[in-house]
Amino acid sequence: MMATITVDPRTDLLLRLGDDALVLGQRLSEWCGHGPVLEVDISLANLALDQIGQATLLLGEAAEDGNGDRLAFHRDVLDFKNCLLVEQPNGDFAQTIARHLLYTTWQHLLLQRLTQSSDKFLSEFAHKAVKEVAYHVELARDWTVRLGDGTDESARRMAEGLEWNWRFVPELFEVDDVLQAAIDAGNAPDPRVFEDEYRAAIGAVLAEAHLEVPADQRPILGGRRGHHSEHLGHLLAVMQFLPRTYPQAAW
Amino acid sequence: MTGNDWPLWEVFVRSKGGLAHRHVGSVHAPDAELALAHARDTYTRRQEGVSLWVVPSAEIVASDPDQAGELFEPAASKIYRHPTFYDIPDEVKHI
Repeated sequence: MMATITVDPRTDLLLRLGDDALVLGQRLSEWCGHGPVLEVDISLANLALDQIGQATLLLGEAAEDGNGDRLAFHRDVLDFKNCLLVEQPNGDFAQTIARHLLYTTWQHLLLQRLTQSSDKFLSEFAHKAVKEVAYHVELARDWTVRLGDGTDESARRMAEGLEWNWRFVPELFEVDDVLQAAIDAGNAPDPRVFEDEYRAAIGAVLAEAHLEVPADQRPILGGRRGHHSEHLGHLLAVMQFLPRTYPQAAW
Repeated sequence: MTGNDWPLWEVFVRSKGGLAHRHVGSVHAPDAELALAHARDTYTRRQEGVSLWVVPSAEIVASDPDQAGELFEPAASKIYRHPTFYDIPDEVKHI
């Protein structure tokens, strides 16, 4: 059974943020057992669990029957509303860190403002999640600086990781009619308000890491409307295989 | 997964305000800041702590096991040094 997709602005906002967290959490969980060292393996698994926990709350609220699992496991790729950045492949450790720095710096600026949402659920959610994500930003910054300011190889890999993910940043600040309606209702912050702050924050990290800010590329948009890169389908195939093959499976 | 080229750090966790930090284990990390991050992610995931210390393992000075006899055995016969002859009120915790 496919989940019903709605264009109600509040539900759409919950799906966008919930799918971001779900897909990023799934991506990070792919590192489990493959981290460069044991301690980093555990760090990445913790980040994944934080994001999946946030997705559980957001998708549970988005589902009419409160069943977030149904939205996570029984929607097809065209129905996912996550941004393209979070579905990008892990690549090497530096590429994963670049993606995490670029996404969670945005997520943190958004959550700080979402605490002021007129919507009680979103405000309470943001108060809880903003502390988790503050740590994500710190860890991504720490690693970006150490890899950028490390060896020639680590600096090259960090620069390549940023270059790969950079074209997906403009989508984070895109405001379409559905998001505008959520902004007008006081449910969501307008991301354009903190775009300068975002670019300054990323610029400061890259300066400390002795890395160049990548040149702006042609932006790639469409994730919020279900137009995804080929990578998301593969991710969902792995994530959804079990509940779709064994619909009666339970913990 | 090795991490052998990173130094080892001993991790101490304060489980709640008023208690002393206790040694809980060790992590590998390239520097002090990431040692704290690794300690946080490894040893405080289940609300075990409110404060963390990390110390380079190489900075720990340990007693010589061969001297254990002369260092520690003489205390065994001096039970009068234990404060077991006082009644401790129930309200006093953590003694």
